[in-house]
Amino acid sequence: MHIFHNTHINFLRWRFHALAVSWVIILAGVAIIATKGIPKGVEFAGGTVVIDKFDQNVSVQQVREALDRNFAGGGQNTVVQAYGDPSQHQVLVRVPSSGAEAGQSLSVVAQRVNDALRKGNIGGFTTVSTEIVGPTVGAELTSKGLWATGLSLIGILLYLAFRFQFSFGVGAVVATIHDLLITLAFIAFFRYDMSLNVIAAILTMTGFSTNDTIVIFDRIRENLRSMRRDSMFDVINASVNQTLNRTIITSGTALLTALALFFFGGEVLHGFAFTMVVGIITGTYSSVFIAAAIVSFWRGNAPTRAAAHAPASTMAPAAAQQPQRKQKPQRKAKAS
Amino acid sequence: MKNLQWKVITIVVVLVIFSALGVYPILAARKGIHSPGWLMDKQLKLGLDLKGGVHLVLRVQTDDALRLESETEMERLREELQSKNITFSKIDTVGPTQFRVDGVPTTMDANFRQAATEVQANFDRSSASNGSYTFTMKPNVQQNLRDEAVVQARQTIERRVNDLGVTEPSISQQGNDQLLVQLPGVTDVERAKEIMGSQGLLELKIVESGPAPDKNSLMVNGQVPQGDEIVPGATGTPGDASTVYYTVKKVAAVTGRDLRNARPSLDENNQPAVSFTLNNEGGRKFGKVTGENIGRQLAIILDGRVQSAPRIDSRITTEGRITGSFTNDEVQNLSLILRSGALPAKLDYLEERTIGPSLGADSIRSGIIASLVGLLLIVSFMLVYYKLSGVNAVVALIFNLIILLGLMAYIGAVMTLPGIAGFVLTMGIGVDSNVLIFERIKEELEAGRGVRASLNAGFSRVFWTLVDTHVSALISALFLFNFGTGPIRGFAVTLAIGLASNLFTSIFVSQTLFEMALAKKQQVTTLSI
Repeated sequence: MHIFHNTHINFLRWRFHALAVSWVIILAGVAIIATKGIPKGVEFAGGTVVIDKFDQNVSVQQVREALDRNFAGGGQNTVVQAYGDPSQHQVLVRVPSSGAEAGQSLSVVAQRVNDALRKGNIGGFTTVSTEIVGPTVGAELTSKGLWATGLSLIGILLYLAFRFQFSFGVGAVVATIHDLLITLAFIAFFRYDMSLNVIAAILTMTGFSTNDTIVIFDRIRENLRSMRRDSMFDVINASVNQTLNRTIITSGTALLTALALFFFGGEVLHGFAFTMVVGIITGTYSSVFIAAAIVSFWRGNAPTRAAAHAPASTMAPAAAQQPQRKQKPQRKAKAS
Repeated sequence: MKNLQWKVITIVVVLVIFSALGVYPILAARKGIHSPGWLMDKQLKLGLDLKGGVHLVLRVQTDDALRLESETEMERLREELQSKNITFSKIDTVGPTQFRVDGVPTTMDANFRQAATEVQANFDRSSASNGSYTFTMKPNVQQNLRDEAVVQARQTIERRVNDLGVTEPSISQQGNDQLLVQLPGVTDVERAKEIMGSQGLLELKIVESGPAPDKNSLMVNGQVPQGDEIVPGATGTPGDASTVYYTVKKVAAVTGRDLRNARPSLDENNQPAVSFTLNNEGGRKFGKVTGENIGRQLAIILDGRVQSAPRIDSRITTEGRITGSFTNDEVQNLSLILRSGALPAKLDYLEERTIGPSLGADSIRSGIIASLVGLLLIVSFMLVYYKLSGVNAVVALIFNLIILLGLMAYIGAVMTLPGIAGFVLTMGIGVDSNVLIFERIKEELEAGRGVRASLNAGFSRVFWTLVDTHVSALISALFLFNFGTGPIRGFAVTLAIGLASNLFTSIFVSQTLFEMALAKKQQVTTLSI
């Protein structure tokens, strides 16, 4: 069974169109982030989140009014949302401050929120979860995250430059950065909160993206040996076509898993799953239109001639691999 | 043939070991089957986000420890100078790591330098004109003190948390001066915080004068008398909440370090109090000081506040009692805090997270349902698309899961939501490895090669692709582990383990399965792929 059979699609023909689309999305993302900012979860922004489970149904409006009336500072910049399964009557309240800014105990604000709700007399509730983050934590998380990402990109660049060629390393790393920017743009469009779970999803998706890129690169490296008269442009197109089935199947199954998480994973995993879905799509797309395209720009249209320097023993061309039983007449194997 | 037998044996052994480590304990715990403890101890633990509990990040204010060291050293120098009759106009701390002596007459310069030699083991001396000397703590000493303070704080908190009776608490250092405290199952955050955060520094000091209603009336010529300090405290009268001040000796007669035990008790008026016992060394010091100061007051100071200042009626050695207006709960907590020893520095709370057990259960249920749905979709696709070879891929995938679970349980990793993300990525890469191999085999078959040759070519060609993808992912995991915090580290660990087990299952297990299927046949002409 095949999804695609023996395709000869000229993928690179669309590289400039693709580049334009990418730039539009990234610039739109930058514009939104510059004007409205990227929504940050409490881990990064600092502040207080309280999730209360009410005994009976209350509307978000009732909760908001109770806060407006009884919470000092009113409902300014306060977020009130229904949380999780509606039958659970859970409400999430987020306030941008914790006690720490005023030099008080960290949990002061959470207590004030609950006091205000009790005063509002909108029904009994129990607090199922609180999350309070002081103002200094976010900056540290951000800087550590950036260091980890930056260094791992350099590590991958060096490894690929060693295993393939320098241009391949650059292609893979630029593609990963591209995926990061696109994903951030979509998170900003759909206003998902930047939380640790979303960061985990971004990391997962960069892993997928690099994985996908390397598979195509590997085929390019192999084809460079047999297609010496062809330009890099043609070698890349052939390689992308040859690996197309695998690309579609892998990305498809990964996408299925991510969609399952999105629809069945519950409230906590929502942002995570969304990021995964976007990341898998952009990761697949960037392998061809960013990573491979960069290698093609880099190498121009001249015949490739010199093959990629890779460990020769591992890369024996197809012809050199001898069938095991030479003497016997080879029957044609049937692929079903 | 022999070769194949060994491969199969290897796979079965690996599978049995990891099932015993990872899968069996979970099932046994669910079904309530009694099993040996060594097996159950290794059970994969759930993180707080899945299980519920309190998660706290606190910073140890290591400056406190430095300040204490500077002050101690300064007091030592003061006594040394006084005993050698070297005059100076002022001696005071400048910051947590510095103190300065002013107005040493030039004639005494050589004497001063000699007197200060002992201080200079840990401090650098610099001199200015007009007889000023500044002592700055050496950088390596600063670093050592800071590190020590964090370690001590961790140990103290550990003792307190264990005393609280929390099951499976986890306290770990994070970065230079932060501690991550996780208390599964605890929901009374306030009590936990109070017990962990109270410094618990007990000092017994001789009262020089006081109590007085305000600080100024205790000053002599507008200054605190040399060698003394002014400490706020309660009046000691029940129901009177106003603050009074005492002038006490700066050097404590006895501190909490000399404590052997502390327990709740009652005072002469049947009010809750804390009784304490000093160790031999402390008892000797306490006996000397109380013997010399009969008739004077002794201030019992807890975390910089006088709790009470009873009159010393006779020489006391090892037994004492802290009275004040305490409730029963307060004396319980106070005894616990004193028993576990003082914190070397104050603590700041940076982050606090309480996850109710029901929310955790919801998350885990949804997470498992979603993972199962995803897995089911992948499995059905593989079976439809790759037919019998799909079975091979599914078996490899299940082996991968079992090895991953077993290894995680064995190294004591904790399952968190980001950890589940690591799981998903591993599953994805696992499927990808199989797809890569299978697609390659199909290509080779179409190129007109025999089944066995195609299988061999498929596996050997794809081998280096898999190495490249796995090494790249490992590079990321490595940096994430080094720089990441808490949950991100969990992600990195899951990913790294998953990559290793995936190489084993997708290459070794999968190839062996093919070999097994083809072993009995003489002529193979078709492959269900």
